[in-house]
Amino acid sequence: MSASKNDKDTSREETEGKGATGASSKSRTEAREAEREGAKKGRLARWRFSKKKDMPGGLWLKCEACSNLIYRKELEEAGRVCPKCQFHFTLPARERLQSLVDPDSFLEMFEDIEALDRLEFIDSVPYSEKIARTVQRTGQKEGLVCGKAQIEGRSVVVAILDFQFMGGSMGEVVGEKISLACDVARRDGLPVVIFTSSGGARMHEGALSLMQMAKTCSALSRLHETGNMSICVMTHPTTGGVTASFASVCDIVLAEPGALIGFAGPRVIAATLKQELPKGFQRAEFLINKGMLDDIVPRDELRDRIARLLDYDLGTHVVRRSKQPATKTDRAASDRSVASGDGTDGPDRGVPNRLREGISEN
Amino acid sequence: MSDSKRPQNAGSKSSTTPLPFEQKIQEIEAKIDELRELASSSSIDVGDQLESMERQLEEATARTYSHLSPWEEVGVARHPQRPVASDYIEEMLDDFVELHGDRTFGDDRAMVTGLATMGSRRFMLVGHRKGRTTKERLETNFGCAHPEGYRKAWRKMKLAEKLGLPIVSLINTPGAYPGIGAEERGQAMAIAENIIGMFTLRVPIVVLVIGEGGSGGALGIGIGDRVLMMEHSYYSVISPEGCAAILWKDGSRSADAAEALKLTAKDLTALGVVDEVIPEPLGGAHRRRDETIATVRATLLRHLDELDGRDPDEMIEARRDKFRRIAEIEGRFPSV
Ligand SMILES: [Zn+2]
Repeated sequence: MSASKNDKDTSREETEGKGATGASSKSRTEAREAEREGAKKGRLARWRFSKKKDMPGGLWLKCEACSNLIYRKELEEAGRVCPKCQFHFTLPARERLQSLVDPDSFLEMFEDIEALDRLEFIDSVPYSEKIARTVQRTGQKEGLVCGKAQIEGRSVVVAILDFQFMGGSMGEVVGEKISLACDVARRDGLPVVIFTSSGGARMHEGALSLMQMAKTCSALSRLHETGNMSICVMTHPTTGGVTASFASVCDIVLAEPGALIGFAGPRVIAATLKQELPKGFQRAEFLINKGMLDDIVPRDELRDRIARLLDYDLGTHVVRRSKQPATKTDRAASDRSVASGDGTDGPDRGVPNRLREGISEN
Repeated sequence: MSDSKRPQNAGSKSSTTPLPFEQKIQEIEAKIDELRELASSSSIDVGDQLESMERQLEEATARTYSHLSPWEEVGVARHPQRPVASDYIEEMLDDFVELHGDRTFGDDRAMVTGLATMGSRRFMLVGHRKGRTTKERLETNFGCAHPEGYRKAWRKMKLAEKLGLPIVSLINTPGAYPGIGAEERGQAMAIAENIIGMFTLRVPIVVLVIGEGGSGGALGIGIGDRVLMMEHSYYSVISPEGCAAILWKDGSRSADAAEALKLTAKDLTALGVVDEVIPEPLGGAHRRRDETIATVRATLLRHLDELDGRDPDEMIEARRDKFRRIAEIEGRFPSV
């Protein structure tokens, strides 16, 4: 959930009501705090956050997890991770992009596709007017940013949901752009990396938005057949029709610490059951314990983790020397190659990773 | 279930639970009952009067049902005497061998699955199960399935694929169950796995919304080569009550929400979400069940016949195309 009251209200209005609130869980976060402290200093320096007015309000804001007052500038400089409790605030899509892809490598696609008010849906204001206002406020035509990019030198298609745009809700355009991203990945033989933060389907588009769950899965099922890797990173919050469609059926599903992830929103469940929900319910740490996630990765480690995962994409069973030996595996392999006087990947062709290491050691 | 436990309303119009907008119809039905009573307990000839009343009833029903508002359609879709999956199983099928359980966690009573024979066709039936009695309604969580329900459906659909049997899916749910256990066991994941999985099944799939098509819970068994709706069913991204509560913080504005959501069979056909609407008898499926079930049987058989013998690869590609381009305004989105 975004920090400001405005954003909070927006998210509730735009989506099918599966938006986020609820208790946080810090258990796993705390356990990894020390480890992360070191990594953060090195990596966060790269992040440059734009000075956009995407977190309106005063100079201070209250952390929704630990309730501490945080200096806004300090939070932004820390990649929107709470300096007190490490809670990962929702990251606007453009900031995510900056923190994820190699500088100047992003080629945006399909950015001109606009929402249509096909149902002539009247909220407090007509949906068409709501779209116009949101476009004005965010400078984006819709709630998903996608395109081709490089992550540590690895070519990918990226698609990032933007919670600022009507709570990251999925209407026709978001569903289409996710599907187009999968289509491009399939056509060009690339892996796809998706980031989600969404309250679910966009109510204002009725059954058309519901059908996006089917549409995105249709596109993803085709991508699955080509064999290229699909990675989804669920960030705070990811609920409703997004969780119950493409996000959950990517090959690899990661989450940021503390992210609220679920089908029904906690408010809906609490109202249905008329009882309080257990502590940490529907948080990333809860989900990984239930076997629903491949891993929880702190924000400042995501770029490296994704790069390392991409090394295992289709057709990579033979280790080749990469242009940017950025990952631990690559670095180790590269070091050994140099040590054994083996500067090319030629002699190792066809030798599985583990065997190769053995050979190099000899 | 034996016939005696079923609501005895087939053909007998006056025994259905009235919906608010059916007041006029109900008044005439009551008068007809009175006349019949009179005729049987005395020697007064009510023939002419009865005939006139019956004509009035027909007219009133036609008038009411030709102008149902979306919210009234929702009322009909939820009518307690509307045929549910169990009714179709008992009255429409010639044989049904129920298969239980997901072999992982449990047997969700809100999802019914089994091998079915109907006329010249055998198939796998999957469907949401709503109860007909209070006990059954509680057992089935009012048709709200848990993850194990979706996984049970998936397991049976995979069996159908192996055996080369087509699949018929009957949708009737207010939505997937929102609860602690459901979330713990991956409600979203179970639904997502079904949706994407159904794009890979190499047998024909016919989907029919028989009552409520509630959001992702409906879509979890909702991918097919044909998507049909009953005339008085609805299919929506959110319940009208939920929508009203979010938009106007006022659940009593459900009628406005139902209107705005464009959730009726008619609206969804116009938008291109559904392929065909199965007409219901005058006054809704709950008034003339036999007629309803006969129409559904004939329609399903027609689609199963049409889909029979299709090349599985082509069929899967066509199914993917159908949903990849669903309800799209031609030329709006680029092709890759
Ligand atoms: Zn905090």
